[in-house]
Amino acid sequence: MKISEMTASRIGQGIGSGEFTAVDALEAFLERIDQKEKDLRCYVTIDREKALAEAKAVQEQIEKRTLKGPLAGVPVAIKDNMCTEGLLTTCSSKILANFTPRYTAEAVKRLKDAGAVIIGKTNMDEFAMGSTTETSAFGETKNPWDRTRVPGGSSGGSCAAVAAGECAYALGSDTGGSIRQPSGYCGVTGMKPTYGTVSRYGLIAYGSSLDQIGPIARDVSDCAAILETIAAWDPKDSTSMKREDWGADYRFTEALVDDVKGLKVGIPEEYIGEGTSAGVREAILAMGETLKEKGAEVSRFSLKYTKYSIPAYYLIADAEASSNLARFDGSKYGYRTESFDGLHNMYKKSRSEGFGPEVKRRIMLGSFVLSSGYYDAYYIKALKTKALIKQAFDDAFTKYDVLLAPIAPTTAPKLGESLKDPMKMYLSDICTVSANLAGLPGISLPCGFDQEGMPIGAQLLGNCFAEKTILRAAYSYEKTRGPVDYSRTAKTGEEGGR
Amino acid sequence: MNKDYETVIGLEVHVELATKTKIFCGCSTEFGGAPNAHTCPVCTGMPGSLPVLNKQVVEYAVAVGLATNCAITRNSKFDRKNYFYPDNPQNYQISQLYEPICRNGHVDIEIGDTKKAIGIHEIHMEEDAGKLIHDEWEECSLVDYNRSGVPLIEIVSEPDMRSAEEVIAYLEKLRMIVQYLGASDCKLQEGSMRADVNLSVREFGEKEFGTRTEMKNLNSFKAIARAIAGEKERQIELIEEGKEVVQETRRWDDNKEHSYPMRSKEDAQDYRYFPEPDLPPIVISQEWIDEIEGRQPELRDAKMARYQKDFGMSEYDAGIITGTKRLADLFEETTALGAKPKQVVNWLMGETLRLVKDRKIDIEDIRFSPANLASLIELADSGVINGAAAKKVFEEIFDHDSDPAKVVEEKGLKSENDEGALREIVQKVIADNPASVADYHAGKKKAIGYLVGQTMKATGGKASPAIVNKLLAELL
Repeated sequence: MKISEMTASRIGQGIGSGEFTAVDALEAFLERIDQKEKDLRCYVTIDREKALAEAKAVQEQIEKRTLKGPLAGVPVAIKDNMCTEGLLTTCSSKILANFTPRYTAEAVKRLKDAGAVIIGKTNMDEFAMGSTTETSAFGETKNPWDRTRVPGGSSGGSCAAVAAGECAYALGSDTGGSIRQPSGYCGVTGMKPTYGTVSRYGLIAYGSSLDQIGPIARDVSDCAAILETIAAWDPKDSTSMKREDWGADYRFTEALVDDVKGLKVGIPEEYIGEGTSAGVREAILAMGETLKEKGAEVSRFSLKYTKYSIPAYYLIADAEASSNLARFDGSKYGYRTESFDGLHNMYKKSRSEGFGPEVKRRIMLGSFVLSSGYYDAYYIKALKTKALIKQAFDDAFTKYDVLLAPIAPTTAPKLGESLKDPMKMYLSDICTVSANLAGLPGISLPCGFDQEGMPIGAQLLGNCFAEKTILRAAYSYEKTRGPVDYSRTAKTGEEGGR
Repeated sequence: MNKDYETVIGLEVHVELATKTKIFCGCSTEFGGAPNAHTCPVCTGMPGSLPVLNKQVVEYAVAVGLATNCAITRNSKFDRKNYFYPDNPQNYQISQLYEPICRNGHVDIEIGDTKKAIGIHEIHMEEDAGKLIHDEWEECSLVDYNRSGVPLIEIVSEPDMRSAEEVIAYLEKLRMIVQYLGASDCKLQEGSMRADVNLSVREFGEKEFGTRTEMKNLNSFKAIARAIAGEKERQIELIEEGKEVVQETRRWDDNKEHSYPMRSKEDAQDYRYFPEPDLPPIVISQEWIDEIEGRQPELRDAKMARYQKDFGMSEYDAGIITGTKRLADLFEETTALGAKPKQVVNWLMGETLRLVKDRKIDIEDIRFSPANLASLIELADSGVINGAAAKKVFEEIFDHDSDPAKVVEEKGLKSENDEGALREIVQKVIADNPASVADYHAGKKKAIGYLVGQTMKATGGKASPAIVNKLLAELL
């Protein structure tokens, strides 16, 4: 097996046992990047020299036995909205095209401390606003399974890179499904932890009360190992939680047990109802059957308020975004317009030229809902709706241990289809946004392919801090499903497009 | 003016808290320093940075709230105030709108014999902004974020004041409370205490308030008094001319004694306040409040009463000494070192205040240490130096916080206490001044004063007057 086809844990073992070195591992992925990146555009920035220097340094430490661990020396790709000291961090936006942070995001720092080698920064929807990675100012990423389709978004670059073998694993961020949905579209495994589990320090905020960083990898075991590395209480993030205070812990890999006997699984009708493609519905129900055969109790139920999750999500996320993105004004860093007349004009022109249309749309919507006279009618109402949605999940988790649902009503759409109708694109987030509103953990994993050969993504949602429950369910399912064959994503040139 | 008008005033007072570090990051709050020396990703609003609340800020705010009889909000929250300006690196200020930390308090003021309670609407916590420097030569503006994130509390009064006198009394009371709590040094000139005046006028007996204006840029109590007088006059003139007062923010120019409109209500910004998602609510338990209350130092009124009772100070002296925390601290620290309270009071009320006036400094800026004052009192008491020398030494202490023993040494101010040596000088003075001696013997007892003076002169002022008197009495 080629190194670029291995899971992150397998590569970590190979490096740890001396089977190959961290430099070998990095070079295997760089070679893959040489073959595929031109077609796929998973990355915004690749820093080969820096990565090579890091790999060498890590290898030295491993040989000196001053560094060990499952991820030591394993090459990783980081979504381009996480600050990396000395490495461009653009949020796939023109306004930050030249921005090099002077500090590293806490989650990334924890990976680096564990010996991770950063290959580069992955493409995304501009400021994570979008569901297709097409709103990137640097061009869209293509789905490695079919280059005429989107990889999903906003962590499309990270998910496509994992599927195509352009990195061993990646970090993404999930505000309304941005890890789970592209993971599903790209046939990889991605996880959004409970809000407060991974530090947001250094994650360039979109919707602060919803954003969470999480792992994207080739299987469930990798996700557990990565999460174990990046999750920690961080005094620099006031919304970070001590899991111990909630009767939980950080030993996620303990949950990798093939056993779902007696596990109560609920499938919300609203997630597989009208609008859901037949292929997706069948795949989810079949996954339910598989879990049932393995001893789980699977039943369907109605989850209240699901249809209100989209408006509530867009009002809250955009309101926060309108304020979070105010700092990008051309005065301190990032893009500044070339000529201007006075301060106000500099702000206006820098922001008009620096932000793309989707970001502007959301800033305008967010500013509107926070305006006096509309605040109560929209923003406060959205917060109340959020509380009701949380209550509906609380009720559901008194009956079920995990919820099983698709990550989107369909598989990956064709490039160019979604942005024509933003409303339709927003509505396709129906399967994912509720978990963010309620702060719940969710894991997205492949559960089959549709008739056109595109991967179908399922998600398992758990109650807050119940990561270990959903990891066990996902791991058990994966054992029966078997590993995903990524060889089809390795095709280059003409044969890769359909 | 053909009618009688009443002035209605409410104040918004910003106080910079005396924490070592900023409100949302670990940067120093120290004044000065090279531009942007005290900054980090958080207080410069770098992408991805997050605020972490400084606990000391909450404790100071609660302490001020308790001392001003406020109710403490058990679930207090921060909100974002959104506006674009370069001194504000995130283009929003983290402040409190919906759930301020303290509400519904009051401060009692006294004007002559009349007591009055001034209501406090709320006290909220917020971050200060950076400083813009306009470079005329380069035609550009520069920003220094050293002040960005320095903690502030804003104390918002009810519109309960009716005159400049009441405003000043309220501000002085507030300043004293905050200083005594150690929450701030409250210097108006340096901006660690800033007051905005909301003022309207109405005819006496009228129930409704008139349209108010808000006045900014008031850097001293005197400027506040002048601004109130000026604005009152301006508003009355408008009303008398049949014009309307416009609700607006005005900037006071104390040199020109005139205010200028800054912005009116129409172009008032919509700050789009919403709850700060990066900070969880501040939950304040009764235990925490009790703990802060338990640590609350003795405030001015209690201290003043105690000084009169325990040290027999006059009401006037106790009023002056407790009038600023600095003097009260000096008094207590010096007496704690063993100096007699009465003598400490004399030094503080006399020479200290004289030099404060002479050197044109604030009492808050007194820098000498209690230890040096205590040893000066000791030196004078034991007769090592005489009264005149002690005053000279004190000037050195006041200006340079010098060690009095060293000053006495260096300047040779030690009293001439050797009776043998003095006896010879006194004998010579008696021999040289037969006329005075004759006067003395003729019953003009005052003539001895001249002889004492001559002796002092002959010893270069170093003789102990007590010994000289004794010797003269004996030898004459």
